[in-house]
Amino acid sequence: MKTSLNFFDEVVSTKEVIFFCGPGGVGKTTTAAAMAVKLASEYDKNVLVLTIDPAKRLANALGVQNLGNNVNKVESAEFLNNSIEPKGTLYAAMLDTKKSWDDLIKRHAPDDKVAQTILKNPLYHNITAKFVQSHEYIAMERLYELHTSAQYDIILVDTPPTRNALDFLDAPERMADFFSSRLLRWLITPYRSRLVNLASRPFYQLADKVLGGQFLQDIADFFILFQSMYDGFIERAKAVSHLLTDQRCGFVVVTTLEQVPFAESKFFLEEINKRNMHLLAVVMNKVLPDLLRSKENLEVARELESQKEKIGEFLSGKIGTELSICSAVLSETAQSFLNFNKVALIEASLEKELKNQAFSSLKAFYSRFEPVTIKDLKDLADQFVVTNK
Amino acid sequence: MKQSLIDKNLLFVTGKGGVGKTTVATALAWLAAQNGKKVLIAETYARGDLAKAFEVPETPYSGKKINENIVGMTLDTEASLREYLKLFFHVPVVGRIGPLARAFDFLASAAPGVKEILSIGKFTWEVKAKNYDLVIVDAPPTGHIIGHLCAPQAINELVKVGPVRSQTQWMIDILSDPSKTSVVVVTTAEEMPVNETLELIAKLESQTTVDLGAIIVNQVLPELFNSKEEEVFDKISDENAINEVKKNFDLDITSVVEAAKLAVGLRRQRAKHLQYLTSQLVSSIEVLYLPYHFDAFYGLKRINAVCKDLSEELM
Repeated sequence: MKTSLNFFDEVVSTKEVIFFCGPGGVGKTTTAAAMAVKLASEYDKNVLVLTIDPAKRLANALGVQNLGNNVNKVESAEFLNNSIEPKGTLYAAMLDTKKSWDDLIKRHAPDDKVAQTILKNPLYHNITAKFVQSHEYIAMERLYELHTSAQYDIILVDTPPTRNALDFLDAPERMADFFSSRLLRWLITPYRSRLVNLASRPFYQLADKVLGGQFLQDIADFFILFQSMYDGFIERAKAVSHLLTDQRCGFVVVTTLEQVPFAESKFFLEEINKRNMHLLAVVMNKVLPDLLRSKENLEVARELESQKEKIGEFLSGKIGTELSICSAVLSETAQSFLNFNKVALIEASLEKELKNQAFSSLKAFYSRFEPVTIKDLKDLADQFVVTNK
Repeated sequence: MKQSLIDKNLLFVTGKGGVGKTTVATALAWLAAQNGKKVLIAETYARGDLAKAFEVPETPYSGKKINENIVGMTLDTEASLREYLKLFFHVPVVGRIGPLARAFDFLASAAPGVKEILSIGKFTWEVKAKNYDLVIVDAPPTGHIIGHLCAPQAINELVKVGPVRSQTQWMIDILSDPSKTSVVVVTTAEEMPVNETLELIAKLESQTTVDLGAIIVNQVLPELFNSKEEEVFDKISDENAINEVKKNFDLDITSVVEAAKLAVGLRRQRAKHLQYLTSQLVSSIEVLYLPYHFDAFYGLKRINAVCKDLSEELM
């Protein structure tokens, strides 16, 4: 398939950060890694792929196992072993939520003593692990840190698995909201005097009843410490929000052409649009080959099914097998086509729906083999050509 | 024979996103209902999956009657808090508790297990009160389910005193009784879902007291050929054979044969992951297989089809 527009040229010249989002199980991480490998192979750029919880196979392919929270360079030997001479440099990083939170606390705390007190607070882990989408927030925070380090020309981000689609995009803003909220003020008002406050009384009476007073006191203690980092948090959150809507930041929605993931992907597209963020492309992944969509082939499969006895008889003589097995195999072959044809036609109709849109769509076909090496990843990315614009 | 899944009182159906968790949960409900059970099926995230599957406008917290035997509902923090307070603390909450619920929502998120206990509390309560024969939870995905199942213990350890603590023991009792409660893990024969399934099983074992009822492998592709047939297929897919067919029957089967090769390849790729899955399991764990449906029907039609598959596997 020829196209006038090279997707990767466009990416390299216009984008600094690319987010890969989409429903679970569609191959987001693999797609992000494949594009990163291609970019690092063909362009003289420092490319970073920031991935969250990658499959071991993928980590192995990139040589990034046991990364911790550091950025690792993928040695050019990894490329050369696969007969690829890279023009650029590929880096890979994983997100370690707990480590990133610890780093953040150390950075924003007014002094080491406060930092240590927070880190040692028994509630700290539970609170950072659970409250207001802390995983999403920390992913954005880490991205911002890497981006502003100015060491990478282009960063590809495999978005965290979220319950509610694009929560991670709102995370910085929500974090800022939280820090300026009335709720936080309530929480850090000394516990006894809080009971005097008429407005908050019902809430505390209730919380007291359900949770017990000691627990509320523990929470208050924690947030009193946390408040000392207010300014740092607000400033960061705003900067990250700004980056997300910047022209240099693009989104790739990865989907399969199955009905459920597809419906979810459409929701992603709408949200990106609503938030004035920049959609780069939709990647249709794991698509069945075109031959399964062909009307002629469908006719052949039907014909094969109806003539299985006759053709079976003919072939059994030729290849020297029992007639019954021969016809059975022909029938299975035809039936299998008819089955997968149904799936391929659903895919075709969903693909058509995407093609009516005003954005690029890229397609990768189902492979009988899962990508294992750098070469496999690059082969996958080589399939990506713009099928419309 | 082991106690069948649908003879239990509380099933948590979990799995990685996209493996067909909701389909399996609804089909289990359908099957239990066909066997005369009164079933409550609950969605834990308000995404409307349950309503879509049952083809009804919505399944509110108060419950929507799906048929004679099935009620569908969706969890809601505010509503469950209200019910919780009424049931256990005899606090009647009148009017809207919106802002209160939001504040509580935050506190509950910060405290491990508080929000989860509202949902676990609701399900175990329905079991305790014997309002239904079977409560099926279309549970959070693999990454989050452990937090839910551990909630009563977490509360027990974290909240040293107070009425919540005293409410947790009966929940733990119901959750820990394998004749009453089980987790059902749904997976597909693909790399990531299989890995997540194995991780979850290990965590269930080490961090909870809840029984693993079954692993359901969904969307299993049919096996095209047995080994003898495969030999024949290799010969038929030979270029000469294809040319002979073309010459004598005016039929070019190249692409159709190619498609069958792809189907065989897909099946093999998945068989490899399946083999890995079963090799990592102790033999006492029940594994059920549900076939891939090539037809694109959704809603009740699909529930019926999967229900039929399930009953064949279970009975």
